[in-house]
Amino acid sequence: MLSDNALWRPFLDGIWITLQVTFYGAALGTFMSVLSGLASMSSVRGVRWVSRVYVDFFRGTSAIVQLFWIFYALPLIGPSFSPMVAGAVTLGLNMGSYGSEVVRGAVQAVPRGQTEASIALNLSAMQRMQYVIFPQAAVSMLPPYGNLLIELLKASALVSLITLADITFVAQVLRVNGTASTLTLFSIALVLYFVIAQGIALVVRLAEARLSQGLEVGRGAGRRAA
Amino acid sequence: MTWDWEFAWRIMPRLLEGLVTTVQATLLGITLAMVLGLVLAMLRRSEVRAISWPTAWVVEFIRSTPLLVQLYFLYFVGPTFGLTMGALTTGVLGLGLHYATYTSEVYRAGIESVPRGQWEASTALNLSPVTTWGRVVLPQAIPVVIPALGNYLIAMFKDVPLLATITVLDVLGEARAVGAQSFRYLEPYTLAGLLFLAVSIPASILVRQLEVRLARRP
Amino acid sequence: MPVDLDVPVHPRMSEVEGSAVRFQQVTKSFGDLVVLDDLDLDVAAGEKLVIVGPSGSGKTTILRVLMTLERPDSGLVQVNGDYLYHEERNGRLHAASQRHIRQVRRRIGMVFQHFNLFPHMTALENVSFAPRKVLGLSRSEGVEKAKDLLSSVGLGDKFDEHPSRLSGGQKQRVAIARALAMEPEVMLFDEVTSALDPELVGEVLGVLRDLAENTSMTMLLVTHEMGFAREIGDRVVMFDEGHVVEAGPPEQIFANPQEQRTRDFLHAVLDRK
Ligand SMILES: Nc1ncnc2c1ncn2[C@@H]1O[C@H](COP(=O)(O)OP(=O)(O)O)[C@@H](O)[C@H]1O
Ligand SMILES: [Mg+2]
Repeated sequence: MLSDNALWRPFLDGIWITLQVTFYGAALGTFMSVLSGLASMSSVRGVRWVSRVYVDFFRGTSAIVQLFWIFYALPLIGPSFSPMVAGAVTLGLNMGSYGSEVVRGAVQAVPRGQTEASIALNLSAMQRMQYVIFPQAAVSMLPPYGNLLIELLKASALVSLITLADITFVAQVLRVNGTASTLTLFSIALVLYFVIAQGIALVVRLAEARLSQGLEVGRGAGRRAA
Repeated sequence: MTWDWEFAWRIMPRLLEGLVTTVQATLLGITLAMVLGLVLAMLRRSEVRAISWPTAWVVEFIRSTPLLVQLYFLYFVGPTFGLTMGALTTGVLGLGLHYATYTSEVYRAGIESVPRGQWEASTALNLSPVTTWGRVVLPQAIPVVIPALGNYLIAMFKDVPLLATITVLDVLGEARAVGAQSFRYLEPYTLAGLLFLAVSIPASILVRQLEVRLARRP
Repeated sequence: MPVDLDVPVHPRMSEVEGSAVRFQQVTKSFGDLVVLDDLDLDVAAGEKLVIVGPSGSGKTTILRVLMTLERPDSGLVQVNGDYLYHEERNGRLHAASQRHIRQVRRRIGMVFQHFNLFPHMTALENVSFAPRKVLGLSRSEGVEKAKDLLSSVGLGDKFDEHPSRLSGGQKQRVAIARALAMEPEVMLFDEVTSALDPELVGEVLGVLRDLAENTSMTMLLVTHEMGFAREIGDRVVMFDEGHVVEAGPPEQIFANPQEQRTRDFLHAVLDRK
């Protein structure tokens, strides 16, 4: 039965959807992490405040509630989005609210001497961040960033609830259709997520090894307990 | 469609009822996660590789797969093996199991944060294992552990609405039910979101304060 | 942060023409601690000024104020006649814009006690980076310049090493090359050998000696190496508790100090050796 096309075909499509929504969510999430993280350190109070509200709002509410609100409630008073857009936007904004702290923590962990040397070399504030501080912070950001990506992948299962045919959705449809036993279907789904997560972890580890070349700080500098 | 205050006011009691269920599920879930997490942490610390190694993989597996699918698994697969539980029980079990993989890491980090010298000094003073754990290691590990556990408590609280997908009438479950009956989704989902904010923001502030206070302790 | 002074430009402006660096009544406090107390200090163009004094007396703060790493609470700082923290408009002094500060700061370079090399860049990148980004050199110009400078401090074979693979003495020589690459008119050296193992001090002092003898750069050096100070200093300033205790040519300060505090300090330092 496991060679059954009626089983694998839908799952393959589901994997593709899961990967897409995860990818778009991660792209937005990364952007928002950096934007909000840098904003939280701005010297302008208003900018810090906006970042703070964003972080508190998305961390304070539940991703599934946000998703339902954007998909079911928002269209009643404002714009409506396709499930893919609603999913990617919710996941991305959510990730950004956690990534914000990751970025801030890593940037602040770069030794002060690096900023001082940059000033002594007369770099502009932008150049300082772009070429000196951020590249060093990125190394310690990577491990927690990898964790956030995996959390994002896990949260992507929520899009099945707004009719997007991802892995979880496929498992549910096949269950209703009685294509295979529930044990088989949900085991497949879990293993698929696990494999994708391991893939993400691997890529992050490779990137980390690459980025930390020659760095004294290097591995583990930004690793957080749990 | 515009916001209907009267309707919002009318459905509030049902949502609050849902909130009670949400809080119940959270408290039961975190209790289970704290106990199971301790078990997992100890199994992982085991010197027998046949124990520590599979435990590590099980933790990794549960941690990197969606709670939603795990809930479906428990809810739909259990009965095919004659294991039928109520929706809330299933949900609490799922939450507890999922978060146990996080709390086990917290415990591990807490225990590892105690310097080796402390163990060595305890050995040198000939303290019993019970005294070593109870009077030396845990008092130093717990301040590290508590804020992290607090954060997972809040995280779990926000994951409880997933239980709505297996028919638990938590905040979201109630909101959905109200929506299905009245065909009004704006108020129930907005209020549901606000209820979460109303609980988690003060809770996060509390945890942050706790963290600061514990960090300041000598 | 200096505020608008709204006072006429100091009438003695013209007298200062020859000064590369001038501190006028500069005060800097950290909380209740007054670190620079109404400091007046002139450094002539091309002069090699050595600053000595007990630890915690504010020597580093002098250099950091000049490098704009600390803002003075009050007073005036000039570099080659231009105010660092103030701008002249209509004959009056106003708090300087960031742009103005950057423009004046261009003339100053600094070498730190703890190197502060960029760990994610090779030695060559550390040196060529700022000239490219700030001075607008092309990649090849920057690299060529960096190679010349690194070779001149004896690191011709370390271009592609990251700082983590260099010894302390080598790191500090890269840091010196990095600062030189910006072609500053004034260079600040803050105890650049204090973080080094004793056997590595010599190689860095050698580079400094070379710079002191063969360039017309103005140099302010804070150091505890008294022999070295005596050898290369045009003038030595004894600094304590936010004040210049005494200043003069090295022979005078070291052989015939006028102030008791200088004598005490020199005894303490030389006894330690
Ligand atoms: N950023 C700062 N905040 C508070 N105190 C400082 C700071 N920087 C320096 N100090 C204090 O100012 C005094 C002078 O410091 P410093 O200029 O580094 O002295 P020196 O270089 O002569 O040893 C010291 O007592 C030091 O503790
Ligand atoms: Mg100093």
